Amino acid sequence: MAEKTIERLSEATILFAGDSGDGMQLTGSQFTLATAFAMNDLATLPDFPAEIRAPAGTTYGVSGFQLHFGSVDIRTPGDEVDLLVAMNPAALKVNLSRVRKGGTVVVNVNAFERRDLDLAGLKVSPLEDGTLEGYHVIPVELTRLTREALAHTELNQKEIDRSKNMFALGLSLWLYSRPIEPAERWINKKFARKDSIREANLQLLRKGYHFGETTEQFAVRYEVSPAKLPPGKYRAIQGATALALGFVAASERSGLPLFYGSYPITPASDLLHSLSRYKQFGVMTFQAEDEIAAIGSTIGAAFGGSLAVTGTSGPGVALKTEAIGLALIMELPLVIVNLQRGGPSTGLPTKTEQSDLLQAMYGRNGDAPIPVVAASTPGDCFEAAYEASRLAVKYMTPVMLLVDGYLANGSEPWPIPDTATLPDFPVSFTTKPNHEQDGAQVFLPYLRDPETLARPWATPGTAGLEHRIGGIEKQEGTGNVSYDPVNHERMTRLRAEKVDRIARELPPLPVYGEESGDILLVGWGSTRGSIEAAVDRLRARGRRVGAVHLRHLNPLPADLGDVLSRFGAVVVPELNNGQLVRILRDRFVLPIRPFNLVQGRPFRAGELVEHVEGILDGKAG
Amino acid sequence: MDSSSESPRKPTLPPGAKAPTMPPGAKAPTLPPGARPPAGPPKPGASGDGAGAVSRQDFASDQDVRWCPGCGDYAILATVQRLMPELGIPRENIVFISGIGCSSRFPYYMNTYGMHTIHGRAPTIATGLKASRPELDIWVVTGDGDGLSIGGNHMIHLMRRNVNLQVLLFNNQIYGLTKGQYSPTSEAGKITKSSPYGAIDHPFNPIALVLGADASFVGRSMDRDPKHMKEMLKRAHGHRGASFLEIYQNCNIFNDGAFFQYTEKDTKPERAIFIEHGKPLVYSGGTKGLRLEGFHLETVDLDGGAWSASDCLVYDETSYELASIVGRLFRRDDMPQPFGVFYAKERTTYEDALHAQIAEIRGKAGKGRLEDLLHAGDTWEVA
Repeated sequence: MAEKTIERLSEATILFAGDSGDGMQLTGSQFTLATAFAMNDLATLPDFPAEIRAPAGTTYGVSGFQLHFGSVDIRTPGDEVDLLVAMNPAALKVNLSRVRKGGTVVVNVNAFERRDLDLAGLKVSPLEDGTLEGYHVIPVELTRLTREALAHTELNQKEIDRSKNMFALGLSLWLYSRPIEPAERWINKKFARKDSIREANLQLLRKGYHFGETTEQFAVRYEVSPAKLPPGKYRAIQGATALALGFVAASERSGLPLFYGSYPITPASDLLHSLSRYKQFGVMTFQAEDEIAAIGSTIGAAFGGSLAVTGTSGPGVALKTEAIGLALIMELPLVIVNLQRGGPSTGLPTKTEQSDLLQAMYGRNGDAPIPVVAASTPGDCFEAAYEASRLAVKYMTPVMLLVDGYLANGSEPWPIPDTATLPDFPVSFTTKPNHEQDGAQVFLPYLRDPETLARPWATPGTAGLEHRIGGIEKQEGTGNVSYDPVNHERMTRLRAEKVDRIARELPPLPVYGEESGDILLVGWGSTRGSIEAAVDRLRARGRRVGAVHLRHLNPLPADLGDVLSRFGAVVVPELNNGQLVRILRDRFVLPIRPFNLVQGRPFRAGELVEHVEGILDGKAG
Repeated sequence: MDSSSESPRKPTLPPGAKAPTMPPGAKAPTLPPGARPPAGPPKPGASGDGAGAVSRQDFASDQDVRWCPGCGDYAILATVQRLMPELGIPRENIVFISGIGCSSRFPYYMNTYGMHTIHGRAPTIATGLKASRPELDIWVVTGDGDGLSIGGNHMIHLMRRNVNLQVLLFNNQIYGLTKGQYSPTSEAGKITKSSPYGAIDHPFNPIALVLGADASFVGRSMDRDPKHMKEMLKRAHGHRGASFLEIYQNCNIFNDGAFFQYTEKDTKPERAIFIEHGKPLVYSGGTKGLRLEGFHLETVDLDGGAWSASDCLVYDETSYELASIVGRLFRRDDMPQPFGVFYAKERTTYEDALHAQIAEIRGKAGKGRLEDLLHAGDTWEVA
């Protein structure tokens, strides 16, 4: 056995790419799990086509899973790839540009026959035409080795070939000195009742691992030391799972039963999948006949006193628009989760984007403001879900929670929160008349709390408080139908004022990096990691740069204007064509600069660094 | 709870509760829509505890009823308000939910909990409320446009899920609140504001539609027969599951007399047949009947000596096949239009299944603990 050189890395980025049917998402998530066990910090970027099984071998069927991990603070899925595992020519063609010069490319050479090249639209094999010059190429006979290893099993050819991702996983785990046990445990559990498939997968996983050790092709093996994460108990978590946990936590802490009404849509379906498993928490999940029924059901549940949540993506929000307006005028608590994807229309269903902010802010008929809250990392989805739920109930309003595909599918190590530290979530249902009128005790459904302007929540089943609510304008106090013009103006302003008052309870806005300086980056949502990584790099180069990241987009934090005023220039990086920048310009009437990327992928920190330096140097020159 | 059908103080109004004062085909009242309606029943005091809700007045809200004078909706409202005390359900446990349209103003006039929502969506809101609060008694009030056009999708899914609530579909075969366009139940060729040369749409038969959606209770009644309507409402309420009750309702402004052939005493005996479980299908004062010939119904003359009531089809409301055949008797010139319970057969309700599943999982896995959930899966400690 050849003696391998061990090279220590502070961080690395690996990308698994193959056909949709090659199991790349699974390979990536198992590598992620092993990396979490190696106590590295990490960030992931699953990237897959909207088609379930596009024709095998074609470029549009390529599915990828990128993972950035290290002993240092990892904030993004990585700007450049150090190791690409390409299962076929199409995967290589699509992803080679993401690999840094000098990076390693592991290719399954058995998949580079004439037919494979034709499917990928290649005249000449990239293994032979100089395409890979400057890269460290490791050809592996993945298909042959797999077939050889499983020749004696009862698996058919198709089943055997489908298992080759386990070989690739084993090899990658070895290369980065990851533990193999988490993947073994997973295989044992997943195929507990399928002996032959379980054995085949375990065998291949180990075969791949040992192959790295024995082959002469790898002279170097890498080690990545554990990250210095704050002490505590961790788990790797995806955004969709964190959302589900956040809502269950909100339900438990508020004492309100959780009702989730949803219609399947990418990338929100995982939230429905997660919550539908939590029956032991009494979670009621309702898979509706359409997007409108999904939100309709939650409005009904909210009237009945549930913590009511609906989840969807941009096209679904468009369909729910009228119902959101109804919940708004009926002043019922409701959380609408928008797991954004590329738009407009069907757009890019499996790609990430932040282009539904203006829809969240303004996308309803009438003057119809609702609070808008955004999550910023996969783990942060937990707190964001909790916060959105709390605001909805406290202010008796629908709340839009903006998440995106990158957050929903991406993972990171998550310090498991101590439930005792969660913010209080008091709920008080009104059970008695709240007003005296002509000597009689009466219930006024639109008599507001003087502090929050919230109306009382009296649910059916409460004797003496029978009342009717609806979509027609309400008379202040009584909630009766009113067409009075002055009342309408007053109610319109009250509804806006109620949302604005949330700003009173927002904590001071933390500034990342410089407290004052030349440039402030203002972000929201999933760009947090990229923005703060860029700030770190810029400051390391002596640039006076800071960043704020907005959890609350409506209302905006009261001290935001003060923070903006402490910097020479303000840049708003967004994965859209300029949305928050418009809201901020409108609010502060300042020459705020946009920086936009609309390619269905997150920012690379390097792109932000380059952009900010361009501005600073332009200014200096 | 007092189960007598008459409350001690009989209100002097509303108008629709009485037999129609106009002959069939009479001209619509000249009062414009929105004109001040007749005074409603005496306003109830704020009863507060909900315990004394035993009379019709206890179910009338303090809001002025704003339907056009002479509208069939008045009769339905009055009949529902009269029925309420008989049902013995505490007022605070009753919820009326509607969409948009004339009929959908209904909840405002009921002194129960209520929601007047958005066009076509009442079934979805009712589903969420009933699923999360199964003990509530929920009524959906809708119309032919609200329930079968914009809300058609929700209607069929409500039926297939069998959520235990009552749907009252006021069918007037016209769009009233938008001032007179043809609806999905308007007859082909109908001249309306939006079909000046005649509607080219083929209409729905609501009974057949919901039978196709596996409704577990399907009935039809009419605004001008409060006794029958009340009986049907009671049956619908007593049925455990989604109950669909179509109520023919005269829109005296935009579609006056649409159902007079079935509802007015001159023609009603010949044109309407009242189906009852276990009884032969006879009409026209017992002089005519319907018998089954293969899969078809045919009219037989019971006076001629050739046929007797015993030859007529004995109705079985638990037979989906009979419901399909009789429910398809629709606007036939040679046949009467059926009224009554077409189909009633209980099956598992949605909310029962939902909560049974939760109970089952909790029985197996125990009540969930948040701590356990957060710490589930693969975890590791960082020192």
